[in-house]
Amino acid sequence: MENQYAIEMLHITKRFPGIIANDDITLQLRKGEIHALLGENGAGKSTLMSVLFGLYQAEEGVIKKDGREVKINDPNDANALGIGMVHQHFKLVECFTVLDNIILGVEPTDKFGMLKKAEARQRVVELSNRYNLQVDPDAKIQDITVGMQQRTEILKMLYRENEILIFDEPTAVLTPQEIDELMQIMKNLAAEGKSILFISHKLAEIMAVADRCSVLRKGKYIGTVNTKDVTMEELSAMMVGRNVNFHVEKPEKTPGKVILDIKNMSVKSHSHSGDAVKNVSFQVHEGEIVCIAGIDGNGQTEFVYGLSGLEPLSTGTITLEGKDLTRTSIRQRSLLGMSHIPEDRHKHGLVLDYTLEDNIVLQRYFEPQFANMGFLRRNNIRQYAEKLIEQYDIRSGQGPITIARSMSGGNQQKVIIAREIDKAPSLLIAVQPTRGLDVGAIEYIHKQIVEQRNRGKAVLLVSLEMDEVLDVSDRILVMYEGEIVGELNPKTTTPEEMGLYMAGAKRQ
Amino acid sequence: MILLLQYTLLFASVLLLVALGGCFSEHSGVINIGLEGIMVFGALGGALVMRVLSPTTNAFVVILSCVCASMLTGMVYSLLLAVAAINFKADQTLVGTAMNLLGTAAATVIVKAINTATNPDNPSATIAYVDIRKAFLIWPGKEFSWLTLLTVVLLVVSIVLLYKTKFGLRLMACGEHPQAAASVGINVFKMRYAGVLISGLLGGLGGLVYITAGVSEWKFENGVAGFGFLALAVMIFGGWKPQRIALAALLFGFFRALSNVYTGFPFLTRLNLPSTVYNMLPYIISLVVLVIFSKNSAAPKAEGIPYDKGSR
Repeated sequence: MENQYAIEMLHITKRFPGIIANDDITLQLRKGEIHALLGENGAGKSTLMSVLFGLYQAEEGVIKKDGREVKINDPNDANALGIGMVHQHFKLVECFTVLDNIILGVEPTDKFGMLKKAEARQRVVELSNRYNLQVDPDAKIQDITVGMQQRTEILKMLYRENEILIFDEPTAVLTPQEIDELMQIMKNLAAEGKSILFISHKLAEIMAVADRCSVLRKGKYIGTVNTKDVTMEELSAMMVGRNVNFHVEKPEKTPGKVILDIKNMSVKSHSHSGDAVKNVSFQVHEGEIVCIAGIDGNGQTEFVYGLSGLEPLSTGTITLEGKDLTRTSIRQRSLLGMSHIPEDRHKHGLVLDYTLEDNIVLQRYFEPQFANMGFLRRNNIRQYAEKLIEQYDIRSGQGPITIARSMSGGNQQKVIIAREIDKAPSLLIAVQPTRGLDVGAIEYIHKQIVEQRNRGKAVLLVSLEMDEVLDVSDRILVMYEGEIVGELNPKTTTPEEMGLYMAGAKRQ
Repeated sequence: MILLLQYTLLFASVLLLVALGGCFSEHSGVINIGLEGIMVFGALGGALVMRVLSPTTNAFVVILSCVCASMLTGMVYSLLLAVAAINFKADQTLVGTAMNLLGTAAATVIVKAINTATNPDNPSATIAYVDIRKAFLIWPGKEFSWLTLLTVVLLVVSIVLLYKTKFGLRLMACGEHPQAAASVGINVFKMRYAGVLISGLLGGLGGLVYITAGVSEWKFENGVAGFGFLALAVMIFGGWKPQRIALAALLFGFFRALSNVYTGFPFLTRLNLPSTVYNMLPYIISLVVLVIFSKNSAAPKAEGIPYDKGSR
């Protein structure tokens, strides 16, 4: 009887100093199936795939291809076995063409060692037609969309005639339309007999595309299920280890006095000569979550830059609890009660090469409790960091002295949230606070935001996720091309109605 | 006029060779500040061969042996950078600077030792090659060198190697995105070694061309007078692309040549500028060019960053 598995990873254990990344994990991929690998950030998915791809060597366990045991010591071995991978961060050379990237490493050459690009180009065109992967082979990577870059990565695997295709969180960087296209491509590939491993923590996508799903949690193997036999709730319980509440619990609350008052605010654009934010005015009250919704790139980023002080306003005023903040520095705004969970946690949220404790006192190191005559009071900082780690359940390898870069995305975000909330702000600005995080972390962050509101703080949430907007907010402002085009009540509006405002088809 | 052309070609050859060397190294991902030191060692290798060869030796043999010697010494010297920067992940700028300091100093010591050993009354760091240098000239009495022709050949070879072969494709991938290169099974360490060693080879040859450009002896305590750095400016001005580097080298070579021969142009001598002005010209222009062009730079993205298998 022919072996039904394309690749098997049996009882794989991989340890790193201080952590068991994979603890006795078994994964069996059937020929021609789409097999999802589900787990939260830090559950060990990427490590397991790196073992399969030869980037790491497992301490224990065996890998079998078509029933025969194989050794994979580097990516070349994996490639020789027909294993290809689309990495989460694409492995593409930006200034090379699509074609150059595809042939890199397996270049066809004539007997003088010269590249035979015309021949390679023809093969790429054939492949892209056959699998319906539209790319321009002569375009440079830096000039094409993320979706096209991903198709280049897929063509790289097909060009190498790989039979086992690994997709590492492929949808994280795509627009909804591109995600639909990718799902279709994956189905086509499986129908052509390729075996696909799909790594993700997005349940809806797994339910939509995968035949089976293996779940990892904290480095351990939880189980494998047929996706058609389970519900999304069951899968998420397997992944998180408890039942996750998708709906945000929120008691009724009447907003109090005005906290933030924005009048006629405009901010200059970086990409064109006009304003990215145009004459925006609104208020946020105590005990209220106001959400700015909109499609990415409609001025939300610039609006937050202007509000938080990262960019000057071209016109307008900002008043926080009666104090005019329009021309004050970022530190001043922070001291006056403004907290900011930034959109890009790596760029504006953390100093990645600083320790966790230093990141926690980043805005407050000069306060008497943390500094004395300009010298840092290290003991107090340590104690304060330990308190927050405990209180906000921040997980890290070495506690307060962990380097921020080495932490998982969810825990990095928890550091920022702990820092911003513990300042006891009167206004919390949260910009896409759950971007790229798994369901457990999302639930946690939503709880924290609602908690702030319940305590009577004003919360301004900027989000691109429709579900988040509808679930969390008390009032929705839709931003389109830098203007507030509508104010909606989340209790009465529908995603369809919101979509019309977001697309600019409707305005109040 | 013809004199200006001769010197322009000679100095352009030097700059082109060394800049091409830098280009290979940087495309592999290793910044090579040490070109100056590599040039000195290449010059030393060539000069020592000229010193031992008899003036009656067949011209072809002279050229071949000098070229090979300078390439080889340059390459061996560049191993310092390769080992430190690739194996030990040292700071490439520091290693290069150290190589420049060491290059001139070591060459001076070596030449002095050799001179004193042959003649105890001669403690100078000078090697003379009055007669044998004539082997490099295409026509006697005119400063057109066979080495200039060789440079043109090497330029063509470089272009083909970088853009038409799989070696070039892989080399540039290592300088742009080594993780991507490694993920398709390319050995980044090997490619970076290749890049640095080629830069040693070309830089060494550049050193030989420099010390034979119109002079018949070389004082090694002078090093190569900043030509390695000029070549770096040429490389940046040329946008890391061989064709444009060639044009940039001609431009810089022209200004350098001007300082040698400006007295032959009546309208220049009538300006009554001190000769130091002309000597300074190429360096001043390189400063200006770098200020203007280093902003929108096309530098390989991963240059200067040691490759670490673990990082993603």
